[in-house]
Amino acid sequence: MVQKGYKVEKFIHYLILSILAILFLLPLLWMIFASVDPGAIQALKMPEKITLDNFKSILSETAILRSFFIGIGISTSQALLVVILCILAAYPLSRYTLKYKNSFMMTILFMTSLPMTAVIVPVFQLFLYLKFQDSLIAMTLFLTASSLPYGIWMMKNFMDSIPLDLEESAWVDGASIFQGIKKIVAPLMLPGIFTVAIFTFTGSWGNYFVPYILIQSPEKMPASVTIFQFFGNFGMVNYGRLAAFSVMYTLPVVILYTISQNFMSKGFSLGGATKG
Amino acid sequence: MKLEAALLKKPKKRGKSDHFKAAIFLAPTWLLLLIFFIGPMILTLLFSFTNLALTGAEASQLRFVGFENFTRMFQDPDFRASVWNTIVFVFFSAVLGQCFFGFLIAFLMKEKNKTFRRIVGLIIIAAWVTPEVVVAFCWVAFLGESGTANWLLSLFDIKPIAWLFTFPMVSVVIANMWRGTAFSMMVFQAALDDIPKDVEEAAIMDGASRFQVIRYITIPMVKGTIATNMMLVTLQTLGVFALIYTMTGGGPGVSTATLPVFMYKQAFVSYQLGYGTAISFVLLVLGAIASLIYMKTLKVKV
Repeated sequence: MVQKGYKVEKFIHYLILSILAILFLLPLLWMIFASVDPGAIQALKMPEKITLDNFKSILSETAILRSFFIGIGISTSQALLVVILCILAAYPLSRYTLKYKNSFMMTILFMTSLPMTAVIVPVFQLFLYLKFQDSLIAMTLFLTASSLPYGIWMMKNFMDSIPLDLEESAWVDGASIFQGIKKIVAPLMLPGIFTVAIFTFTGSWGNYFVPYILIQSPEKMPASVTIFQFFGNFGMVNYGRLAAFSVMYTLPVVILYTISQNFMSKGFSLGGATKG
Repeated sequence: MKLEAALLKKPKKRGKSDHFKAAIFLAPTWLLLLIFFIGPMILTLLFSFTNLALTGAEASQLRFVGFENFTRMFQDPDFRASVWNTIVFVFFSAVLGQCFFGFLIAFLMKEKNKTFRRIVGLIIIAAWVTPEVVVAFCWVAFLGESGTANWLLSLFDIKPIAWLFTFPMVSVVIANMWRGTAFSMMVFQAALDDIPKDVEEAAIMDGASRFQVIRYITIPMVKGTIATNMMLVTLQTLGVFALIYTMTGGGPGVSTATLPVFMYKQAFVSYQLGYGTAISFVLLVLGAIASLIYMKTLKVKV
């Protein structure tokens, strides 16, 4: 009896999960099907014939390609900057006994959770005042600053788990602090570095709000903004091309997450501090 | 004794140079945070007391208007509507939706076939890694008049529904739920994996029903994680802009205008930057309060 009830329960679990998975898949499925369908419509339908024409027509437009490269440029340089600055900031916070460490970390954690949307008006004013509007570099710096708090918080936790002994023996051998970080600490915390980099890259890649407000020239817009040209502008939506663009725009992030899945899961155990 | 004294003394001496070195390490971080984060936050407060505008007669001269923006704000029915929308949006899509479905999926996935787990997990996570704007497009297409949702309904002989116009708030709540569930799922999976198996097994041996086990063992053991997760998703959802703006533009009327959307419209569509910053100040304060509660309940150790 017990065995039977258990089996029924298992079956129900599988059933619920399958239904949920299908419901989660449906909206995405449309994007994938429509992207290879020459006659894509708003509703989900099996393509009558599969073609790459939608992709071809997108890839032939230099404006679209440029927006992709700009997006990759912004997100990559932001991720790199965040990683470097966070390692530098996390190092003293992890290794030294500083009087203000606690309050600094608390401030960082506090800033992590503030909605960045809320500071955009003063930042916009600042950009106008400093003649920074339309500057991709200044915008990247702003984006970098906005992801620093979270990055420092994660990086410090990763660094705390690396024993000091190895570094100390390197110092004895005559290495400087920076050499110690470069040769000992950084290689050991590579998973942590990748986690911070991928988090930053994805956040930046998907960020539509900030470039939309801080950048004026259409030719400087990253992919997150140019995607709108398929939508509404001329009344008619070209669903096939919109879907193809969406697929291409989503692809880099999916690839990054697939590569990183193994060590990313560690980031989600909210740590010992959360159990209380 | 001497050795001890020397050992005691050493860290102190090191401490001084440590402070100097720490300052160098932290300098670039401080610089960026001051220019782009702390500075603008202070400016938000200052600007919200001014008549800052981009166009019109007031644009040329910036002056302090006291609490004018705030009194205007609290009398503005649209503002009150957007505060209410924000609460509804955050509560239903994040606190209820994402947490519930995240927990449900994580819980049901326990001890299931590995391949099955991987496929289901992948589908849910795919929704999460998809950029916000693409999520919005997928849902506009899904809920559109001739979209998939209505096609499904037509199979049951139900007339098509203009989801985004008839049920705009429900639409954006569902879309955000869909997008965010993966985060909660992963957080809960990590927490549930930490529960020792024998505790639940012992309870079942003693004749506890499935629901009793969940109610009295599983949930109490992940209580801390549930609280933390609720707070995190609340804070993440508070700033959501692109999803709502793309799907409904805050409309029809102001029915889906949450605070970020309302702020955007006032500041960058009506060019009332002063008024816009007053609204974003409210958003900042809401975030700050939520953040403080979160840090308090989390009892973080640094």
